[in-house]
Amino acid sequence: MYHKSKILTGLAVFIIFMTYPFWNNIGSAAYVRPELEKVKKAKECVESVEFMRAEHMSMLNEWRDEVVRDASHEYHSTVNNSVYQKSLTKTCMDCHENKDKFCDKCHDSVAVDPYCWDCHVDPKGVQK
Amino acid sequence: MLEKAIQGSKIYWGWIATLLLLMSIGAACYWQQLSHGLTITGLSRDVSWGFYIAQFTFLVGVAASAVMLVIPKYLHNYQKFSKILILGEFNAVAMVVLCLLFIIVDLGSPQRLMNVLLHPTPNSILFWDMVVLNGYLLINILVGWVTLEAERKQVAPPNWIKFFIYLSIPWAVSIHTVTAFLYCGLPGRGYWLTAVLAARFLASAFAAGPAFLIMVTYIVKIFTGFDPGKGVLSTLGKTVVYAMCVNLFLLLCEVFTVFYSQIPSHMAHLQYLFAGYHGHGVLVAWMWSAIIMGVVGILILLVPANRERDNMLVIGCFLIFLGAWIDKGLGMIGGGFVPNPLHEITEYVPSQLELGVSLGVYATGFLVLTILYKIAIGVKAEVE
Amino acid sequence: MKTVRRDFLKVAAVTAFGWGICPTVKALASGGARPSEGLFFASRHAVHVGPNALKAQRWAMVIDTTKLNEKVVQDIVQVCHTTHNVPDISGQQNIKWIWEAPMENLFLDDLHEFQPESGAKTALALCNHCDNPPCVRVCPTKATFQREDGIVIMDFHRCIGCRYCMAGCPYGSRSFNFQDPRPFIAKTTPDFPTRTKGVVEKCEFCAERLAEGKMPACVEVSEGALAFGDLADPESEVRKLLAERFSIRRSPTLGTNPCVYYLV
Repeated sequence: MYHKSKILTGLAVFIIFMTYPFWNNIGSAAYVRPELEKVKKAKECVESVEFMRAEHMSMLNEWRDEVVRDASHEYHSTVNNSVYQKSLTKTCMDCHENKDKFCDKCHDSVAVDPYCWDCHVDPKGVQK
Repeated sequence: MLEKAIQGSKIYWGWIATLLLLMSIGAACYWQQLSHGLTITGLSRDVSWGFYIAQFTFLVGVAASAVMLVIPKYLHNYQKFSKILILGEFNAVAMVVLCLLFIIVDLGSPQRLMNVLLHPTPNSILFWDMVVLNGYLLINILVGWVTLEAERKQVAPPNWIKFFIYLSIPWAVSIHTVTAFLYCGLPGRGYWLTAVLAARFLASAFAAGPAFLIMVTYIVKIFTGFDPGKGVLSTLGKTVVYAMCVNLFLLLCEVFTVFYSQIPSHMAHLQYLFAGYHGHGVLVAWMWSAIIMGVVGILILLVPANRERDNMLVIGCFLIFLGAWIDKGLGMIGGGFVPNPLHEITEYVPSQLELGVSLGVYATGFLVLTILYKIAIGVKAEVE
Repeated sequence: MKTVRRDFLKVAAVTAFGWGICPTVKALASGGARPSEGLFFASRHAVHVGPNALKAQRWAMVIDTTKLNEKVVQDIVQVCHTTHNVPDISGQQNIKWIWEAPMENLFLDDLHEFQPESGAKTALALCNHCDNPPCVRVCPTKATFQREDGIVIMDFHRCIGCRYCMAGCPYGSRSFNFQDPRPFIAKTTPDFPTRTKGVVEKCEFCAERLAEGKMPACVEVSEGALAFGDLADPESEVRKLLAERFSIRRSPTLGTNPCVYYLV
């Protein structure tokens, strides 16, 4: 092999760099699902807890397109027969009032930074 | 062939380092723009496009100029241009890269750039500009690379590449036509609302583009001893001077139509650019120097003896290039927005950060150009 | 006999091709990513009208310039900009949805210097919600689009900030967020989103209020100076006003067919 030492050093640096997240986390505590603030205002969410936990982001994505582009504002729930307004601030955050203790908790612990609140207003945040 | 780009003299590496330095200055300025928004530019509610979009418009023309070598070589079998053809094609690559970068730095939300592909919208001319610019980039990379590789192996280029070479001719025309259509299809912008715009864009492109090519080839000749061949640059100089004549002619057509018809909304922009309007006229001196440079450039290059002398040729080309740059890179976009639809005047002057970003973008384009030219000249030297 | 069969085959082939291509063509004009969004070309978006919503075939506004006075104009601009979290930015990078402008600037081609003294000197400028909107034509992402009821609206989630619509608009109705608008909003209305830096915005005829059965905010505080209604309904207030009084529109010769009318 030509330039054996250079190639092997390069490969080693590359492998160390690529596997950095794995060995850096060896020995650190396992992921614990954060404790979220319980809702007092309503008994159930627009969909089941499991569904919301897994799918709320795509649901909100669909809502935003349907509201803005089709002016379709009513959401027909599949778990109870209620109709909800498709609105992050008026519906979701009416019950989950505290963004810090609900939204941010999970988002922070899984290191995602959704840009919803770049525009949409955290109703409680305004009063603060 | 890429290895040619990493073997070079001290001057070569010095130039590369300079470009990298300028790029990092540009990157620092762009970082400011990313974090604070386009507020760091001189743009406003009334003049919503400025220096970035103007540079893009101008450089589309410089990119299209490769066709001025391709047509004589492939449609008229003018073999003299064979040697510098690759410079034209690689120049097109670098210029289209510049165009695309200038569009990206102009976006308010560049993170959503791909929405243009996610939601393709053919009723928007910007969609077509994306199509033709990227197409032209790919065609020129392909044609340039394949023909250069064949030259290196000292075999004839494969036959299939002919298809792309011929395709590049109408495609070059299309990139500048579509770019003109961006502007000339807008109601209520009197300066752009003219059918002659696409033709004028092409004329000024075929003046400024080959002028740029002549100057760059001359610089390459100084630094590498590359010989474009006798009479090649002076022949290309003819293209420059005739295209500039057509450009000025079309400008005069525009001036006649606008001022003889006396339609205020069309006159206002030309008045603003060339005489000042209600006491506003930051561009007046620029526009007149553009005209003077264009005319002097034409007068120099119309004389055959001047075209044969390298320094006169380069001076003439420089004047014409600079004139065309002021016309399109400063006047064309700013002038179209002043006065605004409510007949109010907001003047536009690019901010320092805006110019810093532009400097970085230009340095990036020149880096691409330098590397591609290094490869091309290296291969040619190797073959000889 | 042979030619007949050949002709038949030709016709059959063309017909089959037509059947084949017809759904494709339809799909190109509608049925894109969203049910009412064109797959490629911009098309008018169907409006799902909720039980409480105000509906119309063609929304339009009539501005009675004679009824506008300093206070009414101020109230209108104020209520629009607070309702929609429009930031108050000074200088030329400002944002405005509705604003006061001199009549001679609004109607460049229509007014002359010998107007009656009593006539209005200024009026309100806002998005004209054109029937043939150039901004929608030029938008490369369909971020700005037109609804079936005529309202030209923005999808702030999709706008890439290319500002082509601002060049396209012949009325100067659009504003760009050159910077984060939030620091410039004195009092935020939580029910309406703010915008973020890098997107274009403009008046939306209060589409969000119409969906809740409310008239546009500006109309409510206008003390009768603004009328809003269905242009397709001969009994609507806007149609009655247009039938009674002489009205003009901004730059109608551009073919945009603006739907904001001015009574003079």
